[in-house]
Amino acid sequence: MSDFLKIQGLQARIDADGTPKDILKGLDLEVPKGEVHVIMGPNGSGKSTLSYVLAGRDDYEVTGGSATFKGQDLLALEPEERAALGLFLAFQSPVELPGVNNANFLRTAVNAVRRARGEAELDAVAFLKAVRAETKHLSMSDDMLKRAVNVGFSGGEKKRNEVLQMRLLQPSFAILDETDSGLDIDALRIVAEGVNSLRSPDFSALVITHHQRLLDYIVPDRVHVMAHGRIIHSGGPDIAKTLEKQGYTQFLEAAA
Amino acid sequence: MPAVTETRETVEKLAKSSYEWGFETDIEMDIAPKGLSEETVRLISERKGEPQWMLEWRLKAFRAWLQMEEPGWAHIHHPPIDYQDAHYFAQPKKKPGPKSLDEVDPELLKTYAKLGIPLHEQALLAGVEGAEEQRLPVAVDAVFDSVSVATTFRKTLAEAGVIFCPISDAIREYPELVRKYLGTVVPIVDNFFAALNSAVFTDGSFVYIPEGVRCPMELSTYFRINARNTGQFERTLIIAEDRATVSYLEGCTAPQRDENQLHAAVVELIAMEDASIKYSTVQNWYPGDDEGRGGIYNFVTKRGICRGARSKISWTQVETGSAITWKYPSCVLAGEGSVGEFYSVAVTNNHQQADTGTKMIHLAPNTRSTIIAKTISAGHSDSTYRGLVRMQPKARNARNFTQCDSLLIGDQCGAHTVPYIESRNMTARVEHEATTSKISEDQLFYCRSRGLSEEDAVGLIVNGFCREVLKELPMEFAVEAQKLLQISLEGSVG
Repeated sequence: MSDFLKIQGLQARIDADGTPKDILKGLDLEVPKGEVHVIMGPNGSGKSTLSYVLAGRDDYEVTGGSATFKGQDLLALEPEERAALGLFLAFQSPVELPGVNNANFLRTAVNAVRRARGEAELDAVAFLKAVRAETKHLSMSDDMLKRAVNVGFSGGEKKRNEVLQMRLLQPSFAILDETDSGLDIDALRIVAEGVNSLRSPDFSALVITHHQRLLDYIVPDRVHVMAHGRIIHSGGPDIAKTLEKQGYTQFLEAAA
Repeated sequence: MPAVTETRETVEKLAKSSYEWGFETDIEMDIAPKGLSEETVRLISERKGEPQWMLEWRLKAFRAWLQMEEPGWAHIHHPPIDYQDAHYFAQPKKKPGPKSLDEVDPELLKTYAKLGIPLHEQALLAGVEGAEEQRLPVAVDAVFDSVSVATTFRKTLAEAGVIFCPISDAIREYPELVRKYLGTVVPIVDNFFAALNSAVFTDGSFVYIPEGVRCPMELSTYFRINARNTGQFERTLIIAEDRATVSYLEGCTAPQRDENQLHAAVVELIAMEDASIKYSTVQNWYPGDDEGRGGIYNFVTKRGICRGARSKISWTQVETGSAITWKYPSCVLAGEGSVGEFYSVAVTNNHQQADTGTKMIHLAPNTRSTIIAKTISAGHSDSTYRGLVRMQPKARNARNFTQCDSLLIGDQCGAHTVPYIESRNMTARVEHEATTSKISEDQLFYCRSRGLSEEDAVGLIVNGFCREVLKELPMEFAVEAQKLLQISLEGSVG
């Protein structure tokens, strides 16, 4: 298996009101090129932390282990360098940027990434053409391009906007953190369709959820069960069915 | 490391980067000796070839100034200013009013080039005579130190009946107009700095838009302090007669120097019935070094009066420069149904201090005013919004809406909001909203995860924060202002 995303013994902690709290406790995970993996697990197992650590959020301190992406030490890179390298994180709760025009934000992001990848920047006309094609594909109204980034967007609109960004930035590896949005079927479907539309031998994804329902829309190559900051079980899509019937108990006991 | 910490560090780093436009142009100057006395006032008046009434006006102001004290109520701190330790008159040794660019000192043109401001007016200036038809409708009255050395478009403007010229020319050529309006909005005894300005002002612009005329182009002036230790005392007077409309742009940069420099301008706007004046400023005087040494002291009195019914005065300002900014562009709403607006972005970094805001004085019924003030503080800077909304007894059904938002970058800076509201009419309505926020780590991380550098992310977020104000600027100014915001906060991160 070629090295694409490889995580070994990853440990990370967060500062919780002055006391460091260990969240990731030696996590191992590999996602090969072209595969879609799903991580499931109960609340508090560290799923969101994993996505933030991989994308480079400051608040988390990596205390051990490694993570490499396309052979590079991912943890040594700034978030924007990771984006340029092809990593994309779709946020569970997309952040609002008041007053920042969405189209302007998208174009700034696309051109920042293109610049870093040594590609020519898109001028306003070329960008508009590209973005129009995508909004049409996602059945988004042009109005969403004129509004401030995520401000006043409905849950579904926010998800569509994340998928729009993902499609425009053309990542080779996308992390989709859907930990808490499981109850919103529409949002889930939008994300799933976004991932499915990008599936190719050159695109991988890691979808994080604690609702089996997501698997109604995405057929993953592998499913991982996460608990207490580690992957405690990995297997094919059929794991989800076991989870649906019996919950996490069986896996938790086996891991104990 | 938390983003905010990094942000602060970069703010500190910014302080180290030197002022981009800090350079001095070597043009021969005609400088009056240091110091301020009746002699100085007489010298200025004489050099300007002014009529007797003007000299008397100046002397009256000077004598009043001697009796006045520097105001101490603003939230700013500076060592005492020695008013005797400055030159009050500096004039490039050039024949006034060149008709073509060939007559303009090449050094001056180089200065324009270095400014990099939307001087497509550069090309525009270069073709003073022939290029008139095909270029953007912007007229420039370039104030190079105290004297306007290049004025363009006077011809086109003259055809429309618009007068746009250095105020010293106006004093000589249109004495009856100047005499009628000068000092009627900002009286010579209005305040310490206004009195000082009235005594020693050396230049500025004069604009007169006759009845029913929509000024055919944006009027634009670029100010620049260029002589070591020369105080700048600009005087601008804009009059819009009934149903006249004008948009005036003012922008400035200043070269780097050690001494603190005093800048005390006065701007007076007069709008008659159904007239409209839009006054936009981008201010980028040298703010001082990372210890706050050597920046410009900017004590400005700007005031407009809506004399006629349904007239409108709109102030838009983007303030990024100066060590100290003391400035309250105001509107006196005397005409029934008149409208006052104030849109402001004030950015302070390092050790800059800004105490700025507006006064909306509602005298007449059905007057309306809007105040949108955005304050951004970084480094060790301190920024205060100070605003007065006064509803006089006759201001029936008058309305004001005020919104003051402060954005803090790092934890060494300060932002203060000081609204004064006085209502003497029961039917008047005054609304005030204020927020204070920081650029959140969530926002920075979100942007960076999309490939933006931390610096670009801050620029984007700050521009978003200021959007309501920036969109009020004329197009070519908006672009410059956005760039300026980015430059002002450059290095404020990563």
